[in-house]
Amino acid sequence: MSNMISPSLQAIVPMLSVTLAALACMAAEAFREPGERMPVGGLGIVGLVGAGISAGFLWNGNATSFGVISGDNFGLFVTLILVAVGILTIMFSSQVIHRDGIVPGEYYTLVLFAIAGMIMMATANDLLVIFIALEVLSLAVYVLTGIRREDPRASEASFKYFLLGAFSSAFFLYGIAFTFGLTGSTRLDRIGSYLAAQSLSDNPLILVALGLLLVGFAFKISAVPFHMWTPDAYEGAPAIVTGFMSTGVKAAAFAAFARVFLSAFEPFSGDWAPVIWVIAAATMILGTVVGVAQTNLKRMLAYSSIAHGGYLLVGLVAANEVGKAAILFYLAAYAITNLAAFGVIALLGARDRANDELRDYAGLWYRHPGLSALMTVCLLSLGGFPPTAGFIGKWYVFSAAVSAGYYGLAVIGVLTSVISVFFYLRVVVMMYMQEPGAEPLRIHVNALSMTALTVSIAAIFYLGILPTQVLNLAAESISTIF
Amino acid sequence: MPLLTISWFLPVVGALLLLFIGNADGRRNSVIRWTTLIVSIAVFAVTLAMWASFDAASAEFQLVERHAWIPAFGIDYYIGVDGISLLLIVLTGLLTPVAVLSAWVGIEKKVKEFCIFLLLLEAAMIGVFLSLDLFLFYVFWDAMLVPMYFLIGIWGYDQRIYAALKFMLYTMAGSVLMLIAILGLAYLHKAATGSYSFDLLKLYTLDIAPRTQFWFFLAFALAFAIKVPLFPFHTWLPDAHVQAPTAGSVILAGVLLKMGTYGFVRFAFPLFPLAAAYFAPWIAVLAVIGIIYGALVAMVQPDMKKLVAYSSVSHLGFVVLGICAMNVNGVQGAVYQMVAHGVSTGGLFLIVGMLSDRRHTRLISEFGGLKAVMPRLTGAFMIITLASIGLPGLNGFIGEFLIMLGAFRWDPRYVVGAGLGVILSVVYMLWMFQRVYYGKVTQHENEGLPDLLPHEWSAVVPLCAVALAMGVFPTVFLKPMEPSVTRVVERLQNTQTLRVDNDMQKAKFKLQHAGVKNASDPFASR
Repeated sequence: MSNMISPSLQAIVPMLSVTLAALACMAAEAFREPGERMPVGGLGIVGLVGAGISAGFLWNGNATSFGVISGDNFGLFVTLILVAVGILTIMFSSQVIHRDGIVPGEYYTLVLFAIAGMIMMATANDLLVIFIALEVLSLAVYVLTGIRREDPRASEASFKYFLLGAFSSAFFLYGIAFTFGLTGSTRLDRIGSYLAAQSLSDNPLILVALGLLLVGFAFKISAVPFHMWTPDAYEGAPAIVTGFMSTGVKAAAFAAFARVFLSAFEPFSGDWAPVIWVIAAATMILGTVVGVAQTNLKRMLAYSSIAHGGYLLVGLVAANEVGKAAILFYLAAYAITNLAAFGVIALLGARDRANDELRDYAGLWYRHPGLSALMTVCLLSLGGFPPTAGFIGKWYVFSAAVSAGYYGLAVIGVLTSVISVFFYLRVVVMMYMQEPGAEPLRIHVNALSMTALTVSIAAIFYLGILPTQVLNLAAESISTIF
Repeated sequence: MPLLTISWFLPVVGALLLLFIGNADGRRNSVIRWTTLIVSIAVFAVTLAMWASFDAASAEFQLVERHAWIPAFGIDYYIGVDGISLLLIVLTGLLTPVAVLSAWVGIEKKVKEFCIFLLLLEAAMIGVFLSLDLFLFYVFWDAMLVPMYFLIGIWGYDQRIYAALKFMLYTMAGSVLMLIAILGLAYLHKAATGSYSFDLLKLYTLDIAPRTQFWFFLAFALAFAIKVPLFPFHTWLPDAHVQAPTAGSVILAGVLLKMGTYGFVRFAFPLFPLAAAYFAPWIAVLAVIGIIYGALVAMVQPDMKKLVAYSSVSHLGFVVLGICAMNVNGVQGAVYQMVAHGVSTGGLFLIVGMLSDRRHTRLISEFGGLKAVMPRLTGAFMIITLASIGLPGLNGFIGEFLIMLGAFRWDPRYVVGAGLGVILSVVYMLWMFQRVYYGKVTQHENEGLPDLLPHEWSAVVPLCAVALAMGVFPTVFLKPMEPSVTRVVERLQNTQTLRVDNDMQKAKFKLQHAGVKNASDPFASR
């Protein structure tokens, strides 16, 4: 592959592949006869697989395109996570969107554009490109959130998400402006070397720039106190879209976050680490404590995903070798688990009824033992029980915190994960220990969705029992950039 | 042959096998029961084979298996047995078939899932006792909660959901802090040697600062104290026991509680000897309070299951006291008592469960004069009761005697309290026995109750036989554990100086804890 394409274009191949697939979906939708069923999603999967394969070829290549997109192992690792997220999302969607009457061409196009933006964000090496990527993915996700136009909740969620998202983008852009003003560049490597060489520690403007960038990222990863949009957006969006954005957006945003703060602004870690410490603690505590009070499953998992953002931040605060690799591993573990959980929620819905209240799950086990078992595995993984991916992820993050000396943060982390177990188990209680309600759920799961679920569960156990290979990959990835 | 791996993996295989037996309409219930029974008996056979190939004269870990698991962090799949874990593993192997038999007719709903969870539980329990790598240990330790949670929550009695959640959250809250301490230990190992390690034997040799020991010991001790459960962390136990199905109670009392005391002997005390010396008197006080408190509360329980549950609090107090004595008699007695209590309390829950299956009540006042109706069950209960209160010639006596001996050599004051507990245990157990079995049949419903059924025979007889064997031939059981116990005690005493210097030791510990430098090496002063 490396011989076929000019070296300067190599790094954008994965992104390009997804973008082409998106365009193909668009074209296919344009030529589709009304009522004709076309495997549009298949085009998306082809593009994503292409992206995954090209990312594999680029591994260890350290290719750079246009000086702003860098195909280093860090970016490629996140790209692979995003590819997995995309493929699983499309597989789950195959059944769900037909049921909900969503136009497949539009839907898959938006999903693929969002993924292209995410991949760009994960591999971008320049603040402005990160911003562009952020907008590409955000716009697609805003529309996806409100794609069920007849549903007022979805419209409200979409609008809220859009307003707050636009607001945070402004913060982010303002931060870029300050950074550019101070350092004369938007390229991360140049910012980094400039900051390392110059003594700017007495210049308050650098702190302003840092703060504004931090706010922008905190919005996207829904860290406290910028999490307000999350529960509404997650509850209002179709379940599978929620699963997609709670994993894909978070992975991409975290990748950029880590890249910016751990490489360009590394010299100022003494300034930002304490702030992120507080944000991480607050995010973990709020996410779990408020999660306990929820009765809607999507809302509950929204708070849970806020809390998981907090655990990821712990890895960022620790900022050592272990911590950086921990972020990557945790992202992989979390993405698969959370997406599978939302996949189950999506499958349980009906066209006229979302079935996402906790009581809708009463006695699910009696009618759908397989589906409940899969959901249980996801929930246990989110709660961090061995031998699942979630346990290894948490263990990795906390060992980063401990080895960096942040015992306090680690203690907050483990205690909040006990609290989170409480609400994950409430779902389990409903499914297994309550009698089924009067109106039993009748679900038919198609083969594609079942395959996606099975693969996810297998991955959860694989990462939980034999994590060595992925751990090594994660450790390898961070060595290329930091 | 990798006996140890087989011993914990066989139940997992059994569980997977059951997964593929279609049983949507409950038609294959008996196939599933028999499969589970056969698998669990096979596991018991494996544990016995383990004992047979165990060299009783050696204090080393034996039948060791070691494979790299997560090399970047020095995590190994590292398992082995010594005299302390061997008997507990055999006990687990013995009690699981008993638990399966106890559910033979009592569990009719979702039999397949019940058996799967029971087998997974067995795998995790054996894994806990086998692990010599702290990470592996934690994995099994945490994984064990899930099947137990389901056993209580799905097949328990009325308040089962509350009890299951309480059990889960209580135990988790304790154990997550231990995870931090484990990570801290691995980090200390890296600081000292340059590489992470979770290898227990390497971590034993780590020189840990007293202040660090203080905090890490607390984190470990909290996890184990909740599991034991030590007073005042016992409140989850009565709920969990009373609400759990019989099989759950048998396993819970028989094996799960031992993990707490095993944790003290294997991890908390030898890893942090200085902190152990500092905290031992306090823990011993809590143990004695638990002995008396448990006994007093047991005395006034109207519910048989609750009575037995509180008696566990009392008996486990003895075990903890023996460990705190930190001499050979005390620790040996403690390990012996762990096994003995597993057999006798497992038996008590088993028989209470039989009564409860027949009458759907466990209130003592609902029974009376059962001896006339079911003489064989009464006889079995008699043997188990006497074993539980420590009658010489049965298993409870040896353990309690050794513990008292050990505690007396340490500090006779504790023995006074513990002795009171022995007397009280006679009172509450025999009083219950008298009210349930002697006298005239008070309730009309009790007149036609059937005596022991075949599957009940096969569950009760092994337990009574083991109770008797442990009382009559204690050396068979004491001998394999002796070298290992001596090793643990030596490790504790070598690093702590002799207990005679206890007070001086404490003063030095306090000095160091307060951050005073050069408080002289506490190990040097003899």
